[in-house]
Amino acid sequence: MKQNPNRNIRGRDLLHVPVAGAGATADATAVTSLFPRVLSRRSMLRRIGLAGLSLAAVPAWAEELVKLSLPSGPREREITHDFPQKGTMILQRTRPPLLETPMEVFDRGVFTPNDRFYVRWHWAVIPNSVDVNTFRLSVHGHVNQSLSLSMSEILSLPRVDLAAVNQCSGNSRGFFLPRVTGAQWAHGAMGNAKWTGVRLKDVLDRAGVKAGAIQVRFNGLDEPVVPDAPDFKKSLAIDHAGNGEVMIAFAMNDEQLPLLNGFPLRLIVPGWYSTYWVKMLSDIEVLDKPDDDYWMALAYTIPDTPNANITPGQTGVKMVPINRMVPRSFFTNLAEGASVPAGTSVPVRGIAFGGDTGVATVDLSSDGGRSWQPTALGKDHGKYSFRQWETTVPLSEKGSHSLMVRCTNLAGDVQPSSPNWNTSGFMRNVIETVRLTAT
Amino acid sequence: MRGTIIVIGAFAAALLFSTSAWVQQLPAIKSTTVDLPAGDRMFPGGSSADAINNNCLACHSADMVLNQPALPRATWEAEVRKMINVYRAPIDESDVASIVAYLVKTKGED
Repeated sequence: MKQNPNRNIRGRDLLHVPVAGAGATADATAVTSLFPRVLSRRSMLRRIGLAGLSLAAVPAWAEELVKLSLPSGPREREITHDFPQKGTMILQRTRPPLLETPMEVFDRGVFTPNDRFYVRWHWAVIPNSVDVNTFRLSVHGHVNQSLSLSMSEILSLPRVDLAAVNQCSGNSRGFFLPRVTGAQWAHGAMGNAKWTGVRLKDVLDRAGVKAGAIQVRFNGLDEPVVPDAPDFKKSLAIDHAGNGEVMIAFAMNDEQLPLLNGFPLRLIVPGWYSTYWVKMLSDIEVLDKPDDDYWMALAYTIPDTPNANITPGQTGVKMVPINRMVPRSFFTNLAEGASVPAGTSVPVRGIAFGGDTGVATVDLSSDGGRSWQPTALGKDHGKYSFRQWETTVPLSEKGSHSLMVRCTNLAGDVQPSSPNWNTSGFMRNVIETVRLTAT
Repeated sequence: MRGTIIVIGAFAAALLFSTSAWVQQLPAIKSTTVDLPAGDRMFPGGSSADAINNNCLACHSADMVLNQPALPRATWEAEVRKMINVYRAPIDESDVASIVAYLVKTKGED
């Protein structure tokens, strides 16, 4: 990467502005308000490293780093400001980009700002320019009439909007033990946005799906560097594609999509992992036989077991394409290892989501999971959205305390108490624990 | 420019019939051009990194590898084979051993 002349200045500033996420004044205000007491820089850093992230105490000349609370190293990641339409992000890979959202972003609101929304691409050939006047969305295959839709034609279709969580299949992969290869994400390969677009059903109806259609395959403008490598395409069952919920979005959070989040069009598959949310969507193909390409048949498959869980080394397991998301919940205002004043009620809050249905309850335990108390839920933005939760916990005794948070969704699915494991590092949703010290 | 005006015009027309309050605040969709960071930093390690630098940086930057945890030799061998067989990385067979050796040295479990 090119050396940025501003980097030294930012690094030095960090020592004087103790803010997780580096540099933004708004961060300082938001975080400071959580902790009214005057804090030393050291304890402040410990406290605001929000749910697993903290700034490493780096020398003034060094690059900005965050330290992820992964079970083994390397834990440090570079903080980047170098990506277009993106603010401060955790750099997992420069090319093709893998950018993680710092946890403190999730403490500030139920919707993830576009410039902080995580980024994940498979292939490095990503168009860096899209002309909306010449862009076309192609619809073809097992249909009565092939279509080539301009942006103005798409914008003239009936509009829908929906709040939905987009989460990478491998979110939190870095916490898998034994460790597995892949993007070593902490918990920030997820985000929640208000998506605006048109129903995929309306587009398919316009083309006229022929009898015997089985799946619909989606392709974007990105391409592999090596021409004969498998182009990234994903498919949904025909009934799923036409269920009226799957969308083609042209806006997130009331603005056009950032290029790295899929400008100008992105498929929205509410309640399903992000692998299906094809970015820079340019091609829709209706299939009359199952998609057996690499990206459906081999990649993004999970063990067909409860929680996609197997024993390390286990073989001969039936694999199926990853699909519905499962419930999760996170602390956003308390970092691992934070100290809190003893003898007070500690405000605790975070976010949760139900997976492919809404949040029923978010419960908190301060006794290692023996008893659980319900938390207060924030505004309901729909069953596919993040939901904020909050409570207070009395920590009367000095010393170590562990808090656990657990989401139950409207289908009655509960986060498991022990972590799942599989070779790809997919679908982690174990109950999260944060360790605190009351002083 | 004329095309842009047509798009904005179509967008404005659509807004007239919109029933959702917040959709009406949506600005026009504009053509976008960005610059992406090159990600051309090399693997450290001098000549021991020659094979990995020569074969692996065309498709992805080095940081992806350097952020990986320590893993067994068999895992690194499988990973290099996957890059060749599945992702069609044009890696010279005579470089495979050197790439695996670098991965085991820097990211091995010993």
